[in-house]
Amino acid sequence: MKVLVPVKRVIDYNVKVRVKSDQTGVDLANVKMSMNPFDEIAVEEAVRLKEKGAAEEIIVVSIGPQQAQETLRTALAMGADRGILVKTDDAVEPLAVAKILKGVVGEESPDLVILGKQAIDDDANQTGQMLAALLDWPQGTFASEVVLEDGKANVTREIDGGLQTLSLQTPAIVTTDLRLNEPRYASLPNIMKAKKKPIDEKAPGDYGVDTAARLTVVKVTEPPEREAGEKVEDVATLVSKLKAEGAI
Amino acid sequence: MAVLVLADHDNESLFDATHKTVTAAKAFGGDVDVLVAGKGSGAVAEAAAKIDGVRKVLHAEGDALEKQLAEAMEALIVPLMDGYDALFSPATTMGKNVTPRIAAKLDVMQISDITAIEGTDTFERPIYAGNAMMTVKSSDPKKVVTVRGTSFDAAGEGGSASVESIDAPAGPFKSAFVDEKIVQSDRPELTSAKTIVSGGRALGSKEEFDRLIVPLADKLGAGVGASRAAVDAGYAPNDYQVGQTGKIVAPELYIAIGISGAIQHLAGMKDSKIIVAINKDEEAPIFQVADYGLVADLFNAVPELTEAL
Repeated sequence: MKVLVPVKRVIDYNVKVRVKSDQTGVDLANVKMSMNPFDEIAVEEAVRLKEKGAAEEIIVVSIGPQQAQETLRTALAMGADRGILVKTDDAVEPLAVAKILKGVVGEESPDLVILGKQAIDDDANQTGQMLAALLDWPQGTFASEVVLEDGKANVTREIDGGLQTLSLQTPAIVTTDLRLNEPRYASLPNIMKAKKKPIDEKAPGDYGVDTAARLTVVKVTEPPEREAGEKVEDVATLVSKLKAEGAI
Repeated sequence: MAVLVLADHDNESLFDATHKTVTAAKAFGGDVDVLVAGKGSGAVAEAAAKIDGVRKVLHAEGDALEKQLAEAMEALIVPLMDGYDALFSPATTMGKNVTPRIAAKLDVMQISDITAIEGTDTFERPIYAGNAMMTVKSSDPKKVVTVRGTSFDAAGEGGSASVESIDAPAGPFKSAFVDEKIVQSDRPELTSAKTIVSGGRALGSKEEFDRLIVPLADKLGAGVGASRAAVDAGYAPNDYQVGQTGKIVAPELYIAIGISGAIQHLAGMKDSKIIVAINKDEEAPIFQVADYGLVADLFNAVPELTEAL
């Protein structure tokens, strides 16, 4: 079985973003970039499937600038077999990403595509579902457990109020939630080995996809600031303040 | 102009997120219809017909619609969109799961989690866990959006729309429902609770979480939330998680106990009306957004607070 895992290069999870003063976006200059955390979970899940003998090959793909190659190397060091860089300096929207991925799926014929449920930069939470629709594949989004058996993927999903398990015919799309697994750190020998793993370079045009944006950014602004209030001395003061406000 | 609103429900009751989505749809403009897709969901369709400002309820019943599985929902909704200029879904796990499939089939770039509407093509939405707000203008002929519930008031009752039955899509579909573990609780659901008591890692164990957070929530008739750290440590179930990747809440009163206030947590609760923080670390970032901060050992302060109420 072949598994495809798309990975995105985003601002590191721990970096506090700054909105540019001209309101055109957020400041990406000299900011630490990393693999989207949900995508790390997706890579980890694929690697575990391979370690269990359920998957033979893991292909990772990233759509982005030349530097996205570093993100692919990270995935290769975690245990993926080879990478595809679909190189573009444009900001590619989820719909166009899904179309490019459909092209990659057409060439690679994976049985499973595992994606992060959302990227922590645009927080869109769309790409996996869109890819599933474009391919007419079933989807198991927000997965906290994936079990493969007899040509089916049984996916347990985190939904409002609890958990839901679906049985999907493969090929299928899975998107990862936080608790699917805890991604490993790549070991130094594996980082060295990853340098020798192949990365193919492509362009969106190779898949016939027009990446022109459908959404124009009008402005990007700071969220309304919330002022720190007051410190209260003790529980009694807190209770009386809350009573005075009618909150309790 | 006409907007189709996708209803979220459990076949028995219509979720409040639907009423909020109707409000957003009304702000967008035009006639507002609500789609109720389910099984044995007649009462839900009747409830949707009573929402103020709804023109018509479309009601589809079918086995594959019972759990609103994405593949069946796509087959149902895509043909309906011929008659609509926009699809508005609540940004609940149901809406997030289903809506992008429809957008892709319509070749529309979806706008997720909108917090404001500035015209028929311009919407505001949070990015970077709410650390920036982005306003975008869509060039697509139809608009497909999901609506952040905390940014819109629930539409009231008082409508008397007609309910029109429509056919469920013919299967088979490539996914099947196996089972579900829904936590049965008398507590208010987090996204609609007026008061929320949330616990963090400082509680140290599930036993302490249950011993300290739950009685306080009971006293206040509050929903119970948790930080990601507390959920990851197993102190509280997954669906308690408040934050960027969990639930987005905006109650009248949010009491954060033993929560340091990572940006990902703040993203989920900073629109609450009054925030109370109890933490022994006076440098904890949660105090920067709290209206009332109490620097204290939670193991003493929380029982005292529960007692005082």
